[in-house]
Amino acid sequence: MDIVRITFLVGAVVLVPAALIAYVLVTDLGVRLLPPRTQPRIRPWLWILPSMLAVTVFLIYPTIATIWLSFLDKAGQTFVGLANYGEVLGDGGVLVSIRNNIFWLVGYTALVLVFGLILAVLADRVPYESAVKSLIFMPMAISFVAASVIWGFMFAYQPPGAPQTGTLNALLNLFHGSPIAWLIDHRTNNAALILVAVWVWTGFAMVITSAALKGIPEELLEAARVDGATELTVFRRIIIPLLAPTLTVIGTTLVIFALKAFDIVYVMTSGNYNTNVMALRMYQEMNNNHNNARASALAVLLLLAIVPVLVFNVRRLRFQEAIR
Amino acid sequence: MAVGAPVVAEVAAAAPRPARVEAERRRIDLGSLPLNVALVLLTAVWIVPTLALLVSSFRPRFLINTTGWWQALVPPFQFTLNNYREVLDTYSIGTAFVNSLTIAIPATVIPITIAAFAAYAFSWMRFPFRNSLFLLLVGLLAVPLQVTLIPVLQIFTRTGLTGTFLAVWLAHTGYGLPFAIYLLRNFIGALPSDLFESAEIDGAGPVTAFFRLVLPLSVPALASLAIFQFLWTWNDLLVALVYLGGSPDVAPLTVNVSNLVSSLGQGYELLTAAAFVSMALPLIVFLALQRYFVRGITAGAVKG
Repeated sequence: MDIVRITFLVGAVVLVPAALIAYVLVTDLGVRLLPPRTQPRIRPWLWILPSMLAVTVFLIYPTIATIWLSFLDKAGQTFVGLANYGEVLGDGGVLVSIRNNIFWLVGYTALVLVFGLILAVLADRVPYESAVKSLIFMPMAISFVAASVIWGFMFAYQPPGAPQTGTLNALLNLFHGSPIAWLIDHRTNNAALILVAVWVWTGFAMVITSAALKGIPEELLEAARVDGATELTVFRRIIIPLLAPTLTVIGTTLVIFALKAFDIVYVMTSGNYNTNVMALRMYQEMNNNHNNARASALAVLLLLAIVPVLVFNVRRLRFQEAIR
Repeated sequence: MAVGAPVVAEVAAAAPRPARVEAERRRIDLGSLPLNVALVLLTAVWIVPTLALLVSSFRPRFLINTTGWWQALVPPFQFTLNNYREVLDTYSIGTAFVNSLTIAIPATVIPITIAAFAAYAFSWMRFPFRNSLFLLLVGLLAVPLQVTLIPVLQIFTRTGLTGTFLAVWLAHTGYGLPFAIYLLRNFIGALPSDLFESAEIDGAGPVTAFFRLVLPLSVPALASLAIFQFLWTWNDLLVALVYLGGSPDVAPLTVNVSNLVSSLGQGYELLTAAAFVSMALPLIVFLALQRYFVRGITAGAVKG
């Protein structure tokens, strides 16, 4: 079994790239048979062909197909117009998911940006900066599934009186508070899930913010200090405005992630106790209820929510290309 | 997917300015005690959860259920490897580890190879619709996977690929490509054009230029990208969940561990051990190649 698997793996890792490289070499030999003037017209298409094929099959076609499916009935036979959307938006569970996605969008994005900024600015002023950054950044390397186990253990709850093995409830105990069922209690559970994602992603925001921070010329800050500006004024009036473009870009990445949030909710609560989100709800419609029509409508709603960010990204790139 | 793509260029614009005088900065601020306390405290808060997991994974069940993990830090030290033995023997975490490798390695190698071809063409070849196609790719960066799941699953079911590693490799290739091409084009496009002109004068065709010039010079970008793609595919839950169909023979660690969470509930001695097995390799990759990882995110060196 293992020998078979290893052979398979080595085969895939060696043979597939070899085949792809052979593709480039062989097609180029073919191109060279053409008259010299037509060669540069044909060649680029052959180089982008494998990528374009994969992107078409796995991104472009499925997106269009899903939009189409969202207008068909459950069996995928009859055109039903906006009926699926009506059904989905009339569902109380879906509305809760939309509300939760808004929680994610606002809470997660704001907290990651703020923590990332605070950590970047503070770490910038100490000699052990790189150690701090490594430790904060480390959760980015682990899966949301593992992060969910880590935090499930932090949030662990025992009834009052029993020994609290979860770190947070033990801390509460220490201050004579009664333990909280963080993931079940409606007042805390969405915040608890969002916190897990914040813990994972803060390092991302911190590292980028920190790089941008290092790009601010020291003379500028020094000049302000000489003029009598306090550290707080320097931060608010100089650092923040100069970092604003970077923070905006980090923000767009976070917004996309907040709308797509899936793993943490799937693992920690399965969307129960009013914690469901759109991406998980879509998966449940597809996988548990086998209702591709409603699942497609949910996916399209998700896509619609992301379109503004998508347009923003494309516009930014066009601008960059223009000044390139 | 699509982690921070547009960030790359943004930070690149800020990075190349002259470095400031580090020593002076530290002299001014080192004295402030509250700053240091706040920072150390924040960092501690960040590592405590992982530490709790690691410590607990070595503790016997009866202790996990009755005492906090922090009590393991004082004598008598009672640690055990039984949790690891049990998750490996009974809960097929070992198989899941091999499955994760089987998924992640080809799902890293394949998209990077074809993305390099495309990035080269987008950077140094002229063809109609070049910019429009590239903008299309940038737009696709933000498309949520959920929009693609049903039709792609239908394709896989029709072709009999559902539940095979090939399906997951192909899907990860499609999903990873926009970011891969974007990152590589930023890098390859920034190589000096005289390089290609002199190569052409020397009679080197595009193929030679690609293999002899572009690839060797792009090693830093390729390395960053490889780390990203490896971590994404290793840590992915959704793609494996949907296209592998839940059979334990092919389930990667993420699927296996998330199943354990629902079947074991509070069995934290096993959950912590299983989770740590799933984290070990990405953490090693991260610690060993952190420099490339950070560089990939900030890409200060990518676009000159």
